[in-house]
Amino acid sequence: MAKLPKYYELLNIDYRPPKGNWMDTPVDIRPGIYCYPARPEVLKKASMNDRSDWKKYWVVEDEDWGLPDDWKERLLNKMRDMLSKYRTFKVYMDICVRCGACADKCHYFLGSGDPFNMPVLRAELLRSVYRGEFTTTGKILGRIAGARKLTKDVLRQIWYYMFQCSQCRRCSVFCPYGIDTAEITIMAREIMNELGMNIAWIQESVTKCLFTGNHLGLQPQTYKECIDCMLADIEEYVGITIDPSWNRKGAEILFVVPSGDVFADPGIFTLAGYLMLLEHIGLDYTWSTYASEGGDFGFFTANEVAKRMNGKIYREAKRLGVKWILGGECGHMWRVLNQYMTTWHGPIDFLEEPVSPITGTKFENAKAHKMVHISEFTADLIKHGKLKLDPSRNDRLRVTYHDSCNPSRGMGLYEEPRYIIKSVCNHFFEMPRNTIREQTFCCGSGSGLNASENMELRLRGGFPRQNALRYVRDKYGVNMLACICAIDRAAFPTAQQYWNPDVGVCGITELVANALIMEGEGPRTHNLRGFEIATWEPRP
Amino acid sequence: MDVKVSLGIALGAVLAIILIAFFGAQVPGLQPIFGIFLPYAAFVIFIGGFIYRVVQWGRSPVPFRIPTTCGQQKTLPWIKQNKLECPSSTLGVIGRMFFEVFFFRSLFKHTKAEMADGNIIYSPSKWIWAGALLFHYSFLIIVIRHLRLFMVPIPGFVKGLDTLDGILQVGVPGLYLTDVLLLVALAYLFIRRLAVPKMRYISLPADYFPLVLIFCIGATGILMRYFIRVDIVSVKQLTVGLASLHPVMPKGIGVIFFIHVALVSSLFIYFPFSKLMHAGGVFLSPGRNLANTNREKMHVNPWNYPVDIHSYEDYENDFREKMKAAGIPVERE
Amino acid sequence: MYDAGKIIIGLVIFVVFLTFAFWMDAGKAVPPPKPKLNTPVIMKMPKAERKCVESKEFMRTEHMQLLDTWRNEALREGNTEYINTNGKMYIVSLQNTCMKCHSNKKDFCDKCHDYAGVKPYCWRCHFVKGQMKNWE
Repeated sequence: MAKLPKYYELLNIDYRPPKGNWMDTPVDIRPGIYCYPARPEVLKKASMNDRSDWKKYWVVEDEDWGLPDDWKERLLNKMRDMLSKYRTFKVYMDICVRCGACADKCHYFLGSGDPFNMPVLRAELLRSVYRGEFTTTGKILGRIAGARKLTKDVLRQIWYYMFQCSQCRRCSVFCPYGIDTAEITIMAREIMNELGMNIAWIQESVTKCLFTGNHLGLQPQTYKECIDCMLADIEEYVGITIDPSWNRKGAEILFVVPSGDVFADPGIFTLAGYLMLLEHIGLDYTWSTYASEGGDFGFFTANEVAKRMNGKIYREAKRLGVKWILGGECGHMWRVLNQYMTTWHGPIDFLEEPVSPITGTKFENAKAHKMVHISEFTADLIKHGKLKLDPSRNDRLRVTYHDSCNPSRGMGLYEEPRYIIKSVCNHFFEMPRNTIREQTFCCGSGSGLNASENMELRLRGGFPRQNALRYVRDKYGVNMLACICAIDRAAFPTAQQYWNPDVGVCGITELVANALIMEGEGPRTHNLRGFEIATWEPRP
Repeated sequence: MDVKVSLGIALGAVLAIILIAFFGAQVPGLQPIFGIFLPYAAFVIFIGGFIYRVVQWGRSPVPFRIPTTCGQQKTLPWIKQNKLECPSSTLGVIGRMFFEVFFFRSLFKHTKAEMADGNIIYSPSKWIWAGALLFHYSFLIIVIRHLRLFMVPIPGFVKGLDTLDGILQVGVPGLYLTDVLLLVALAYLFIRRLAVPKMRYISLPADYFPLVLIFCIGATGILMRYFIRVDIVSVKQLTVGLASLHPVMPKGIGVIFFIHVALVSSLFIYFPFSKLMHAGGVFLSPGRNLANTNREKMHVNPWNYPVDIHSYEDYENDFREKMKAAGIPVERE
Repeated sequence: MYDAGKIIIGLVIFVVFLTFAFWMDAGKAVPPPKPKLNTPVIMKMPKAERKCVESKEFMRTEHMQLLDTWRNEALREGNTEYINTNGKMYIVSLQNTCMKCHSNKKDFCDKCHDYAGVKPYCWRCHFVKGQMKNWE
């Protein structure tokens, strides 16, 4: 692993670009920034290109990658295909005026000062190829028209920077034409997947999800054991026994969560929160080991892979005969569920329009999709007074809320989580306006960039969020960052150990569970994490 | 691109147009080419090219509904939806697009990020928004005002706009506000590209060229009105001739007019093949022009195809014994 | 989804908007204005003397500047004499010099002004003989 820069070195960020023409700047692929390539056998198992046609094993830092002879033709054919399939791609390749409104909106740019991390230039990397290979003016005028041919060096540059975008869409908020860099990097990644140019962290998850159902490759019995562990914790700290059901036919609701919540601290406490909440209201629901991943890592590779992965959820709902599906707290999972899922698999006529069995509320906004977000569900419960809550149990927490990118800019989920937090916590503080809601910053590790070998990139990308967090920590004494994304919960502890070592991370359902007065509970002296409520000092 | 090269190309191209028109219009017999043929050709290329580009975009479908949701979604009845930033109806989308197209709403959100003592400071910055809005509206008003040269009788709204634009009543002929504002806005946009290092770094010749070109169009227009005057009646005879499809070439129109026309024609010809197509593209941007109703109404992808989903059966076959041992129900014992 | 209908409607609006002038003008034969020079005063002059203060070409493009200068000279400087390029002297006065000959505002001034859509503000102060009532 690459050596991490020291705090003060990292902060030495210069937003002024270098002199000269960016087209002449050779790419400098640095360790700590890029992710390792996907392993061929993992690609092969998922029936994706495993690079067996390459001339040598792909070493990213090598000058010569040993690409197959027809690499260019294949990439361009794929690009042509994508252009004909996606109006977004075509329009976004054509209409950028380089006004620069997006330039200082990207967290990777703000944290690194690398000019190619300005969304406009990231897109221009691909746009220049589009002009040079697909437009008449570009072919005739060449560089004058900002066009260039796809060469091996250009490809290296595109690959390097397309995996430095976490597809958070913050730039698209500010673009006067709504150009969405995420869409461009999604296309670019799919094009490069033609040659198997994916990264290990994503591909391991993809292949495991495809066959075991979740990104950790937890087999059914292990998946259940993980949850049993949390049940034991709940028994110890709350004093109640919960016995959830597995792959149960005839349950009313199927519950799907991001599998990150099943094993990793602090996500597991969010999972414990789900267990307690659903027990508290006596919901007739089931877990599934087959559809045990809400997140869709395929989304970071290619549309088809994303669809393959996501398809299990409806299949399982159909097999179990449930009425509708409840989804846990996750970021890109909800982007995919909201913006892709129904289009992929619809119409969904084997499920019913979601109705909360507790409050009778019809979730009309999920009429066709048949899936409800846990925050929508919980907010409705609280509004109807169906939860017995003691917010004072969260009194040691001074909470701020991180709008996770995808539920924010890909779904519009802003008020529900805030309503929940305010109902279960007495101390809630917002981070500065430019860093929340639709202008929220990515954790720095989204879209499959949550690996270890690219730690410098992650810390740099996480800096704008951490900087805003430090502001409320200093001003209001904030000591807990709540979020609704499993990647956030995996990424923030690392970033916070670095930037804000005295602020913890939690999902909001964990906060709900802390405050829930469960029937038959014992003395609640400890929280779900096993710390004494009265003296707890959260840490990342 | 290297800024000197970019500027050189942009300035050189505009200068070439000016010189061609300057000399060409003085060659006996060539005036109809510059006064009649060129404008007609440019207009046809503009409209044809514009339609072609939009149709080309339209030929690719919008497989997924992926608007950027910048406000609260439609959800529980007691949570207030942001109907403009996260529309769920056609009306909402029209509203969002209206503010985007007519008021550059997204650009209005622009902030500037700077590093100070290890902190990022965000400050609202409306300059680019103001500059862009000023430029576009000045240009629009100028274009509409020009209808007075193409129409007989002159419609009331053109006359009204003319009066409004000349409301200062400075000088003879009266000074148009938009003439000044256009040049000021263009100068700002141009200087911004040159002076802001980030902008200079990302700018291409294709970014400088339209600015210089439109600046010269404005400048020649102003020259023609206030300094090197031409006989407006002859000019109108020509322009009305164009519009009524009975083109005539009156004598005695100053060469400055032909330069102006050549520049405008160049803009028309250049438009469909350049980034200026953002004018049409903004309407087709799926990031803005769609309602966030994916979960309420199914969006159809015309090229959707079935994929191989790892079935439950295969899954159970892989893990049956383990599932049974863990007490997880199975389909086949 | 293609939204072809919406795109076509948009393009139609675009084309109609751009070709607005064509629709209004199409086929119309619009003769250029011919300001009339047949006022009694002009007709009485011998042909050789029928000349304006400056050449016809100059007056066509520069009359507004000349009148503007005249106004400033006469009203602000009190200078009421104008020597033209041929050395001939004229009294600086819109009404008594210009409109002595061009007494037909309607058939002279307005002809081109209306054609070109120009609204000079001369007649906010000056009035035309016989139109006193309108002016009031």
